[in-house]
Amino acid sequence: MLEKALTGSARYKTWMLFLAVIIGLGFLAYLRQFQTGLTLTGMSRDVSWGIYIAQFTFLVGVAASAVMLVIPYYLHDYKAFGKIVIFGEFLAIASVVMCMLFIVVDLGQPMRLLNVILHPTPGSVLFWDMIVLNGYLGLNLLCGWVVLECERKDVPPPKWIKPFIYLSIPWAISIHTVTAFLYAGLPGRHLWLTAILAPRFLASAFSSGPALLIILVFIVRKYANYDVGSKAIRTLATIVTYAAIANVFFMGLEFFTVFYSNIPSHEHALTYMFVGLHGYNNLVPFMWTSAVLAIGSILLLLTKAKKSEGILFLACIMLFTSFWIDKGIGLILGGFVPTPTEHVTEYLPKANEIMITLGVWAIGFFILSALYKIAVSVKSVPAHAEPSKEA
Amino acid sequence: MDRRQFLKMAGLTSLISLGGFTTVELIRPGLLDASEPPAAAPGVKRLAMVIDVSKFRSEAAYKKSIEACHKIHNVPDFRNPKDEIKWLWTEKYENTFPGTEHPFVKDSVKEKPFLLMCNHCQYPPCVRVCPTKATYKREFDGLVAMDYHRCIGCRFCMAACPYGARSFNWRDPREVLKDERLDREFPTRTKGVVEKCNFCVERLAKDLIPACVEAQEGTGAMFFGDIDDPGSEVREVLRTNYTLRRKPGLGTQPNAYYIIGGV
Repeated sequence: MLEKALTGSARYKTWMLFLAVIIGLGFLAYLRQFQTGLTLTGMSRDVSWGIYIAQFTFLVGVAASAVMLVIPYYLHDYKAFGKIVIFGEFLAIASVVMCMLFIVVDLGQPMRLLNVILHPTPGSVLFWDMIVLNGYLGLNLLCGWVVLECERKDVPPPKWIKPFIYLSIPWAISIHTVTAFLYAGLPGRHLWLTAILAPRFLASAFSSGPALLIILVFIVRKYANYDVGSKAIRTLATIVTYAAIANVFFMGLEFFTVFYSNIPSHEHALTYMFVGLHGYNNLVPFMWTSAVLAIGSILLLLTKAKKSEGILFLACIMLFTSFWIDKGIGLILGGFVPTPTEHVTEYLPKANEIMITLGVWAIGFFILSALYKIAVSVKSVPAHAEPSKEA
Repeated sequence: MDRRQFLKMAGLTSLISLGGFTTVELIRPGLLDASEPPAAAPGVKRLAMVIDVSKFRSEAAYKKSIEACHKIHNVPDFRNPKDEIKWLWTEKYENTFPGTEHPFVKDSVKEKPFLLMCNHCQYPPCVRVCPTKATYKREFDGLVAMDYHRCIGCRFCMAACPYGARSFNWRDPREVLKDERLDREFPTRTKGVVEKCNFCVERLAKDLIPACVEAQEGTGAMFFGDIDDPGSEVREVLRTNYTLRRKPGLGTQPNAYYIIGGV
């Protein structure tokens, strides 16, 4: 099936070429970082993780969100998701690859990466994160590929694939739970030290992931003439809405506990993020943008987006942006404020770091575009037609 | 070179290299082994530091310890906060013991610098999170030690340490460790690894006390020893003085104690 990614319209080729250029620039930036060190980033002793790890955290969520399609389709036999499930699984593949790359570009000694396997340390959450991420990538590759291959051959999927599909469900939950545990078990980082971090991660994932998927299937429909069906999109929009409400609700719970208890060390990080602390307020405009977009998109999803696809598209973009800011910027950077010695050090990503980040995103979109191209090519062939006749 | 020649060369090369190892092993056994971490004096179980802040009389006194430490451990000074690496440094009272400050703290305490370092916790979060055991707890003497050759630079330990004791080599430290600034007795690090105070493990192996403690000799400002031994000097100091530890509520059981005394 891979060959289907190699042919395509001029627009498809231009898009892939564009991504390839960004990837190339990102790779050059990475070579520079590899040579000089992570001093080329905005990170410091006090803010020791930056946008790389923040993107990683956010994208684990996008990857996990495929389960929101797998559960209805495979567990509840929800037929309307028949055409869209594969897009969710392929989105998961691209996201997990980006996650792994963001970890690798963040390492100070990437050549020693295999030490995690050579000296396995089950007490470290990072060890488990490595296992669940790789496992999840494998599961999605296997399930997505086998099912699509069968569709191409016009035969029902083999029975042996079912256990793997069922396994991918708890596995999806596990990747984001384990990722939350990276943060939620650290003493002295009060923003992260909250039992509700994993549920928050899942809620934000199950809204921002499907929101991105809605955006993507709209694009697929417009540019590849493939429609997953409006019923699937409407159901997906409902999932996005309730998960988004849950996420905002969870965030509200954090605010209650932190500010009603009135414990200064717990208040500092949220204060820094939303109003600034000791005169430092880099994150304030971002956090308020995120808050306004979250509320705005939920209101749209509950009202006008139900009737208009254009507004649904807009609401999904707003929601995705909001939760990306929340998790892809705020949560990680906010966690480092104040420092263990109660100072405030701010972080701003540097140009080289941003180029690497764009490069990784471009790799993700490159993989995603190729996989979607394959899926659309296979699925566009009418049932019982010869595969070779497909353009 | 034809196939036969290639195979001959390859065979010969491997024979020489295998034989070479055996020869070296016979002449100088152990020469090719990876270096072992130095052992502390026998019987020592849990090393601890006690710092009497009142005995530090001037800025220069702190500097003496800090410079001694950073010099012998090849801690680079890049002269900018973003790349900063430090093993030993000072903070104010409110930054050392956050949560205990109040508006009426004695002025002299408020302004007094406190010496900070790795606490070599009994239950260290940095060790718990390290995915490669590059940071590990030496059960026999309680030191939190590091293998700079194993560290992958993920910086999980930096996020986990509640004392801000860890630094990362954002760039090559050897850039600024040249000539008289380089101490050839102690290895320099490479870029991309984490480092921190090691309680002078290399000096302990030679029966010396940590360099920062040595720098305060005669002042009674710093004590170092086995806290597990009821007869040790550190135990005596702890028995006769009221002491504080940083963030005791986190359950890490730090092994650095502070006497505020008559500050």
